[in-house]
Amino acid sequence: MTAKIKPTQGAPAARIIGVGGYRPHRVVPNEEILKHIESSDEWIRSRSGIATRHWAGPDETVVEMTLAAAGKALADSGTTAEEIDAVIIATVSHFKQTPAVATEIAYRLGTGKAAAFDISAACAGFGYGLAIAKSLIVEGSATRALVVGVERLSDLTDLTDRSTAFLFADGAGAVVVGPTDEPGIGPTVWGSEGDKSDVITQTEPWDRYRDEHLERFPALRQEGQAVFRWAVFEMAKVARQALTASGLTPEDLDVFIPHQANMRIIDSMVKTLKLPDHVAVARDVESTGNTSAASIPLAMERMLATGQAKSGDTALVIGFGAGLVYAATVVTLP
Amino acid sequence: MATAENVLEGLADIVNEIAGIPTEDVQLDKSFTDDLDVDSLSMVEVVVAAEERFDVKIPDDDVKGLKTVGDAVDYILKHQS
Repeated sequence: MTAKIKPTQGAPAARIIGVGGYRPHRVVPNEEILKHIESSDEWIRSRSGIATRHWAGPDETVVEMTLAAAGKALADSGTTAEEIDAVIIATVSHFKQTPAVATEIAYRLGTGKAAAFDISAACAGFGYGLAIAKSLIVEGSATRALVVGVERLSDLTDLTDRSTAFLFADGAGAVVVGPTDEPGIGPTVWGSEGDKSDVITQTEPWDRYRDEHLERFPALRQEGQAVFRWAVFEMAKVARQALTASGLTPEDLDVFIPHQANMRIIDSMVKTLKLPDHVAVARDVESTGNTSAASIPLAMERMLATGQAKSGDTALVIGFGAGLVYAATVVTLP
Repeated sequence: MATAENVLEGLADIVNEIAGIPTEDVQLDKSFTDDLDVDSLSMVEVVVAAEERFDVKIPDDDVKGLKTVGDAVDYILKHQS
């Protein structure tokens, strides 16, 4: 017999109600990167737009950075930890595979028995997490969710690789997603292209590191030109689809927050998308570097803090990275 | 079908627009990186613009082989549909 299952009742819609970021104390200028590679400050700036980045110290763990960012997001949203019933952590640089780091974070924050899990979607991790959080709230499985992108990519950086040593950085960006009557998070246009899995990847799997006693800890590698082409031209199409899915045009936007991968990608995307001049563009990569899953909430927090964007603004966010994976959506800023 | 001259002219326009190089400097024997100062990322933009303009596909693996303007002109003429 097929018993009738009671349908769940969620909120009419969801939106981001608070944002918080944490950048490690140590600021690393290009001069420090140049100790290990044959390059120049001018070369690094012209290829990436990065002048400085933050690298975490021993005490600035994935957990500690997350707690700092999450605390700010909770305060910003006027939410208590007890009100959070789902904790979603997007990261590729937490090195203990199980249990999920989200469970420790939920416990340390004091959320009680919130559902807690990690997701692995690289630089699209924040967008994936946001889509999941919204679905949980609208479906009725959660009322308030914490979504965090957090990375310690300096641990996965080959300091002698002149094409990536200057790119990667550390930090955490968090948002609280809550119920609302009017949609504050649009449909997510997301996907994966596994045929391009070798374009950005960790050099070696962990078991090879164990079995063959590799001297060098695994690092991130990427094919710069292939990534650039995909990010600029294919992701511009995805960004347009996300706008259309939300029933909007570029004219409706106030803010554009692409994943902070590289200033050249950001500049070319803006050009390809033909965004109107009134749209404020996140360029946090210059002083924060590429923090993968953390980059969009970090940039969002900084734009709001510096007045480049304001609460209620309409922002297009798009994450893209190793997989290859991507996620784009339109959000109302908290 | 475009001639070598058409392709060179079109490429010169593209390189001018993307990298700000005067069109008259874009000659067959010039190296994109060494002579024209087109870096690896700008080269991708040049390639994508050329794909659209000349209705040709230039995969990532083939981009590395396009050292000079002449290489690109030959490639486009050979692969044009």
